[in-house]
Amino acid sequence: MNRYLRYSIPLIIFVVIALFLGWGLRHDYDPKHIPSPLIGKSMPTFSLPSLEQADTVISDKDLLGNVYLLNVWATWCVSCRAEHETLVQLARTGKVDIIGLNWKDERDKAEVWLRQLGNPYSVNIFDKKGRTAIDLGVYGAPETFLVDSQGIIHYKHAGPVTMQLINDTILPIVEQLKSKG
Amino acid sequence: MRRLFFVLSLLFLSHTAFSATLAEYSFETSQQDEDFRAIIEEMRCLVCQNESLAGSNAELAVDLRNKIYDMMQAGQGKDQIIDFMVARYGDFVLYSPPVKPSTYPLWFGPILLFIIGAVVLLTILRKKNRSRETELSTEEQQRLDNLLKQSTDSRNADQ
Repeated sequence: MNRYLRYSIPLIIFVVIALFLGWGLRHDYDPKHIPSPLIGKSMPTFSLPSLEQADTVISDKDLLGNVYLLNVWATWCVSCRAEHETLVQLARTGKVDIIGLNWKDERDKAEVWLRQLGNPYSVNIFDKKGRTAIDLGVYGAPETFLVDSQGIIHYKHAGPVTMQLINDTILPIVEQLKSKG
Repeated sequence: MRRLFFVLSLLFLSHTAFSATLAEYSFETSQQDEDFRAIIEEMRCLVCQNESLAGSNAELAVDLRNKIYDMMQAGQGKDQIIDFMVARYGDFVLYSPPVKPSTYPLWFGPILLFIIGAVVLLTILRKKNRSRETELSTEEQQRLDNLLKQSTDSRNADQ
């Protein structure tokens, strides 16, 4: 018995190491994913110009009363371009409002982008200095937040959204939030 | 040798670049300056993950440094600034994670492993000692005595 135990020690060590390494290789593991402490919290207060009209000011209170996706994007962000078509398709279904937070960008470039690629956003907030993005804990575009009618953040996704993510994860939460009122 | 010198000079170059990025932040007191440096050394740049806010030139790191600078100029203390950052970016932004249930394995895991190792080592050593000191059964003792007696007898006979 003792001898068996002794010979099985290397095997046990191997299995433990293999499990740890295997855990690190699982396909949905992303070391860049950082859980947001903002889930369950209110949208930060802000007051910023709109992208389309420089003299129109949008504040967090203007967005209350509606379930919406807040999508952080910029023309310098390559993944945002990859994601854009998905957002346009989602907007076409009319299932949820998409609000853009144009992050550290230039107004004319952003306007050209929307004209060329289509505009899925019902409104765009122009965060030139990125201060509201800091309040949202944004660390890389694109990022997408799901906010309810009371302004509470329920979900956050860092990186481009896909149709699969929208259908499997985002829209079910949207339905739930809308039925709640 | 020349290559070594080249690599070393690169290191020095990177250091000057690094100090230059911080030169733009000036404070009234040297205490504030120290606090500022301490805070940005303790915070992780979320884009590059293995760099501190002090060492990173990523655009987000620059923005966050500016934000921290502004907060300090507005008279906010170190704790307030750290709370501000953790509220937005989570514990991940801290290089030294706080001690709480979810980080217990991180903080106490190494000590636990050390204790387990020490216990295993001690038991093995003790077992080895014990097997060396095992007492003889009366039968074995008798045989040993006989053998010893025989050898002394034969030695006496030789003389």
